[in-house]
Amino acid sequence: MATEQMDGGRALIRALENEGVEVMFGLPGGAILPVYDPIIDSSIRHILVRHEQGAGHMAEGYAHATGRPGVAMVTSGPAATNIVTPLCDAYMDSVPIVVITGQVPTGAIGTDAFQECDTTGITQSITKHNFLVTEAQDIPRTIKEAFHIATTGRPGPVLVDIPKDIVDPLNPRSAMTWTDDVTIDLPGYNPQTEVDPEVIRAAAELIRASERPVLYVGGGILKARAADALRELAELTGISVVTTLMARGAFPDSHDLCLGMPGMHGNFTAVTAMQESDLLIALGARFDDRVTGRLDGFAPGAKIIHAEIDPAEIGKVRRPDVAILGDVRLAIEALVAELATNGTGDVDRDAWRSKLSGWQERFPLAYEPWVPGDPLKPQYVLECLRDGTPDDTIVTSGVGQHQMWASQYWKFDYPYTWINSGGLGTMGFSIPAAIGAKVAFPDRMVWAVDGDGCFQMTAQELVTATVENIPIKVALLNNSHLGMVRQWQEMFYEERYSEVFLSKDVPDYKMWAESMGCVGIRVDDPEEVESAIAMANEIDDRPVVIDFRVDAAEKVYPMVPSGATNSELMVPPFQQDQPR
Amino acid sequence: MNIQTPDYRYHTLVVTVENKSGVLARVASLFARRAFNIESLAVAPTDDDLFSRITVVVDLESAPLDQILKQLDKLVNVVEIRELHPGYAVERELMLVTVSAEPDRRDEIVEHLDRAGGKVLSVGTDRMMLSLVGLPARVDEFEDLLRPYGIVELQRTGRVALATLEDNDGPGR
Repeated sequence: MATEQMDGGRALIRALENEGVEVMFGLPGGAILPVYDPIIDSSIRHILVRHEQGAGHMAEGYAHATGRPGVAMVTSGPAATNIVTPLCDAYMDSVPIVVITGQVPTGAIGTDAFQECDTTGITQSITKHNFLVTEAQDIPRTIKEAFHIATTGRPGPVLVDIPKDIVDPLNPRSAMTWTDDVTIDLPGYNPQTEVDPEVIRAAAELIRASERPVLYVGGGILKARAADALRELAELTGISVVTTLMARGAFPDSHDLCLGMPGMHGNFTAVTAMQESDLLIALGARFDDRVTGRLDGFAPGAKIIHAEIDPAEIGKVRRPDVAILGDVRLAIEALVAELATNGTGDVDRDAWRSKLSGWQERFPLAYEPWVPGDPLKPQYVLECLRDGTPDDTIVTSGVGQHQMWASQYWKFDYPYTWINSGGLGTMGFSIPAAIGAKVAFPDRMVWAVDGDGCFQMTAQELVTATVENIPIKVALLNNSHLGMVRQWQEMFYEERYSEVFLSKDVPDYKMWAESMGCVGIRVDDPEEVESAIAMANEIDDRPVVIDFRVDAAEKVYPMVPSGATNSELMVPPFQQDQPR
Repeated sequence: MNIQTPDYRYHTLVVTVENKSGVLARVASLFARRAFNIESLAVAPTDDDLFSRITVVVDLESAPLDQILKQLDKLVNVVEIRELHPGYAVERELMLVTVSAEPDRRDEIVEHLDRAGGKVLSVGTDRMMLSLVGLPARVDEFEDLLRPYGIVELQRTGRVALATLEDNDGPGR
């Protein structure tokens, strides 16, 4: 067995290389400084961010786009606290990332040393697991364990906290013996992936008997690389599919069986199909409150099949009639095999299908048409962007109205083309996430759809994008407001607008973009939208920001008011007279 | 993991965890984060020093047993969880108590103590230190009996438990 004497810092970088890490996002500082020295000689590309939150979201964007774990490395104390938000974001959305934080030397832990914070304590409840490594010799095994935990079972973030003394070659405590033969030791971690054939048969029975089934598809489908299997199941059974915010693209929007997004801002057909269903087949979904609305009124007549990798999600919100614990791709494949062999049943679903198509006809996604003199419609911008970009364009978004419109009006026909912050709802997610995705796929077009509130939270990462030559594009839907909050205040707080107006003309986004090395474009007029997008698409040597000045009065419809059941879905005013 | 229908408000879980620093904090923080209430908690290393054993009594009014078990099981350092059904577990708790005991009242106190099966650990001029090992409910009763005399200081361990032996056909107590 080959062994080699080295210091913990070199061992850490080599362990990352051995995990196949090609790129990492980070920012050095005192405690992590010794680990930055071996990066100079490493094959790993390091992208120097401007704020540690950016590093975390970039790692997430990279992981979302590729399925491979994203890696971020930052120093101790304030750097660790700055990356707390991405960790929590990744935890909520099951994104595999590994975050390495520096820590004060082991002897100083607990003394309130300079830039010390209890990083593992702080991040305990927002990581899948975290480690504080205290011996240099343990570094390779811990890194291996971190990647294993992050990427298997239900994926998630893992943090590894590394005290300075065990990586600093000037400190004797950093001495260790590298061996290639390292095995993980996790006696309490055994995710169950195989599915029980008995429950597959029970699930198939429910499917055969159902008159109004709906495939309720969540982000787990993408994590399990199960999009192809899902399509096979849908086509075999002819059952319609709703794709949640985290699953947009997991089933093609252009497919006849696709009903689109359910939930608080889902389209009428997707929401109502779930409400009226007699069987919800939940695949890698977790019955989030934004999907269910008021729980006691959610899909009241539906039996539930719940296929899920995380045992704790099964029965957490809604008790299933059949629970399929295991990898959701294996679950779907087993279901397909069972239904193909023993038949899909002979229940007549024509009435259900015509109900669905009737809803689709009467309640399409729509907005009031623009009339001369009106400000630009944000939905129109998204339609132009959708139609003016290649089909495999990766779209990221921040959180708020622009996010909902992007999810609604884009046509997602490929998995892993939509990256957003669902569970945590992290404003400022889109720009760093787009950078992470673009680093993974430099030859594909990556558009960040952003709001002006979000943009101001993480725009500095456009400097990173320029300097590191990561030419993303930003469609800024600028309505001078915190638009979603404004919408709630208009609808539910008697138009009493409290602290939602940002500014009409400060900052100047075009100038700001240019100062960061981007091309900045401002668009006020609907007629300029397409040409601006075309111009942006031509630019590939630097980032582009288009400041679209859109209508602040425009609201996201449909909408389930908070606390209401999904049956109380509000459609836009011009659809309200349609019979439901 | 053996999930039983909860028919008692309090259930005793025996959680085997890796004997590493911070593991008790992970378990405690999980309970806090998910708003699960702990009625009692005892922790100590097992005969195998790689593992510790946590005996925790959970309050099922705060959360369903199923969720508590599954969330606990998600902790990477949790190796095994056993639910001890109240009817099929031997449960004990230790109480140390210092009670005011003027000489003329000592006999009374010792009489209570003997009936409960406790021990006198130490006698001072106006105080006695006692110990009692017993079923948590019996320890409660004894504590109530002592209260009128004046409890100076008291410490209970929280309950520890083992499953009854398999060849024992009756419920253990």
